[in-house]
Amino acid sequence: MSFFGFGQSVEVEILLNDAESRKRAEHKTEDGKKEKYFLFYDGETVSGKVSLALKNPNKRLEHQGIKIEFIGQIELYYDRGNHHEFVSLVKDLARPGEISQSQAFDFEFTHVEKPYESYTGQNVKLRYFLRATISRRLNDVVKEMDIVVHTLSTYPELNSSIKMEVGIEDCLHIEFEYNKSKYHLKDVIVGKIYFLLVRIKIKHMEIDIIKRETTGTGPNVYHENDTIAKYEIMDGAPVRGESIPIRLFLAGYELTPTMRDINKKFSVRYYLNLVLIDEEERRYFKQQEVVLWRKGDIVRKSMSHQAAIASQRFEGTASLGGR
Amino acid sequence: MAETVADTRRLITKPQNLNDAYGPPSNFLEIDVSNPQTVGVGRGRFTTYEIRVKTNLPIFKLKESTVRRRYSDSEWLRSELERESKVVVPPLPGKAFLRQLPFRGDDGIFDDNFIEERKQGLEQFINKVAGHPLAQNERCLHMFLQDEIIDKSYTPSKIRHA
Repeated sequence: MSFFGFGQSVEVEILLNDAESRKRAEHKTEDGKKEKYFLFYDGETVSGKVSLALKNPNKRLEHQGIKIEFIGQIELYYDRGNHHEFVSLVKDLARPGEISQSQAFDFEFTHVEKPYESYTGQNVKLRYFLRATISRRLNDVVKEMDIVVHTLSTYPELNSSIKMEVGIEDCLHIEFEYNKSKYHLKDVIVGKIYFLLVRIKIKHMEIDIIKRETTGTGPNVYHENDTIAKYEIMDGAPVRGESIPIRLFLAGYELTPTMRDINKKFSVRYYLNLVLIDEEERRYFKQQEVVLWRKGDIVRKSMSHQAAIASQRFEGTASLGGR
Repeated sequence: MAETVADTRRLITKPQNLNDAYGPPSNFLEIDVSNPQTVGVGRGRFTTYEIRVKTNLPIFKLKESTVRRRYSDSEWLRSELERESKVVVPPLPGKAFLRQLPFRGDDGIFDDNFIEERKQGLEQFINKVAGHPLAQNERCLHMFLQDEIIDKSYTPSKIRHA
């Protein structure tokens, strides 16, 4: 996003040094469009140059200083004025003076900490961006460039299955089982529903994936639930002793990793909702939280050296990432 | 490098007992509303409907029963359920106030078409209610469906599976 005043005399561009080799990832914008941004991981260096192009080569540009910032911030939609910056780095590129010809300024933010994953949600947005500013007396010239950050984790040490018996006394008893409690974003949910007692007339059964975004603290907590997926697993009436299998591929859905209490500002959690519907459209359901995590890609030769280091960081550590 | 293939094998399941698989389902509940009959004379006339229950649900004391009920009995049932249980009770067919006024061209509330519509509405209502697991726990429902006479001065209570 750039702010151009009327009759702007200079064009500002932010260019990354590894733009050729760096991977780009798709990320949804606030208005729902999908765009590609450069992908960074925690600890990677962000380096490049800010290029200034004078529109009119004869006109000099007077300025009060040129700087570049790397910002990580959380924006709550209901409180737009207050941005909560959790990463804020700045490098001065030029002291107050004059620009008489188009030129470029190099910058490098070494081993930048990027503790959280980029997230654009219903009520909150977490973003990382570079911002170049040319300070002037009347109005600054600002150019921003968004990047996307993914947080990687490795296979969790403890990943027990979820197995429970639930029901309505003397009417419906089922035992449901999901093979894990923590799934990565390209994983498969394998499970089964076993019917112990069926005294109601069931029409069909489905599994829904619910995303719950929680913003605010204390008395002002707000939960926004969004049904990401509805997947029918059974059509028709089951009887006692029947087992219905579940095989739900997560790669087909727009999911993010579970984010718990990010910077004490928001959370994003996921739930599996098992829903049974009877002949009179009555719904019986059981909700169960699942933890989603992002698996690092297999290291390939074409990956930048630094991204390779970032993935390798997690090999051999058995903890689930995220703070 | 190839991605590892996801393990999508089914979980281990118990084989189903053949008796359970091919036996009669344990959720059989059929309620019919039929045979409307107008009883009484003059202004004291009213219509009763035959309500027949066939079921294998253990919560019902009788596996087969037949009773006769009038519209106001189902109004009583609806208000009892709304008060005593947490069920969102479905609506009854209309009360038909206009039909009770004099000087009508047709037979008012004893009109054949009206009785047929009301009979179908009552059948829908009673089936929706009787299949509800929470309504099945209410004494008033069992009294309505299976007791000869409704004792309106009863003590509301919950039924537990015998």
